[in-house]
Amino acid sequence: MIPLQSVALLFVAAGGLAVVLARDIVRQAILFSIYGFALVVLFLVFQAPDVALSALVVSGIAYPLVLVAAIARVREQQRRERK
Amino acid sequence: MTRTMRLALFGVSVAGFAALLVWGVADLPPFGHYPGPYGDVIVKLSVPQRHMANAVTAVVFDYRGFDTMGEELLLFAAAASVALLLRERREHEVEDIVEPVRSDAISAVGVLAAIVTLVVGLDVVAHGFITPGGGFQGGVILAASVIFLFLCVDYRRYAKVGASTHTEPIEAFGAGGYVALGIAALATGLGFLQNFAELGVPGRLSSGGSAILVNWCSALAVSGGFLVIFGEYLQENMAERHGRRKLG
Repeated sequence: MIPLQSVALLFVAAGGLAVVLARDIVRQAILFSIYGFALVVLFLVFQAPDVALSALVVSGIAYPLVLVAAIARVREQQRRERK
Repeated sequence: MTRTMRLALFGVSVAGFAALLVWGVADLPPFGHYPGPYGDVIVKLSVPQRHMANAVTAVVFDYRGFDTMGEELLLFAAAASVALLLRERREHEVEDIVEPVRSDAISAVGVLAAIVTLVVGLDVVAHGFITPGGGFQGGVILAASVIFLFLCVDYRRYAKVGASTHTEPIEAFGAGGYVALGIAALATGLGFLQNFAELGVPGRLSSGGSAILVNWCSALAVSGGFLVIFGEYLQENMAERHGRRKLG
C-alpha cells in the first residue's frame, strides 16, 4: 500500500466518524460533503476512476440536494409551528 | 431504557460486529493480490470481443447489462414512490411562483454553469465506453444542469424546464428503452440485452455496438428519475412557503 492510499483511508475513516458524531443537521451535511470528497480521493488513488466519478456525482450533487430540500422543509414546518 | 442498559447493548453489538468484521477481513487475500479470474478475463477481452476501451462500462452495460437493468428499474421505482407519496396535484399551484435570485452576476454565471454542466454531462455519457463515466454518472450531471436554473436563476424558469410533464417521459423513455433493447436482442435470436449492432472501431465514439443505446437509455432514466425526485421535494417546499399560504 503506497502512503497516499493510507492517507486517503485515514481521511475516509475520520470523515465517517465526524459525520456520525455531528449533532447539528446542517453541520452534518457540510461534513458529509467533505467525507464524500475523501471517498472520491480514495477511489481515485486506488485506481477506480469510474467509481470515483460515481461517488463524485452522488455525494456532490444527488445526496446534498435531496438533503437540503428535506432540511428546508423541516425548517419551514418548525417556523410555522412556532408562530 | 436506562443509560447503562443502552451502553451495555451498544457494547455487546459493537463487540459482535467487530468480531464478524475481523473474521471476514482475516480471510481476504493479501492487499493487492486479486485472486479471481473474472476481472483479468474481462480486461483482456473487452477490447477484442466488444471493442470497448473502458472495461468497467463494458461490464455495466454489456456483459452484465441485465444487472444494471435491475438498478435502473430500482431508481424508476424510487422516483415513482416519491411521486406517489408526495404529490397532491399541486404543480399548477406553485408553477407561477417568482422567487428570483436578486444578483445579476449569480444569474449570469448560473446560466453559464448550466450550459457547461450540460455539455460535461453529455460528454461523460458519450465517452462511457472510452474513458471513465457512462450513463449513470453523466445522467446525474445532466440533471444537475437543470437544477442550476433553480439555484441561480429563478424557480419559474426551473419549473418550466424541469416540469414533471418533461421529466417523467424522459425517465419512462429511458427505463422502457433499456428493457426494449433487451427484447430487441431477443427478437434477433440472441440472448436478452446481448449486443446486436456493429461494434465499431475501439476508442472511437461509435464503438460499443447496441450497448451505446443502452448507455444513453440509462442516462435518460437516471437524469429523468433524479429530476422527478428532486422536483417533488422542491414543489413540496414551494407549496409550503407560498402556495398554501395563498390558498389558506
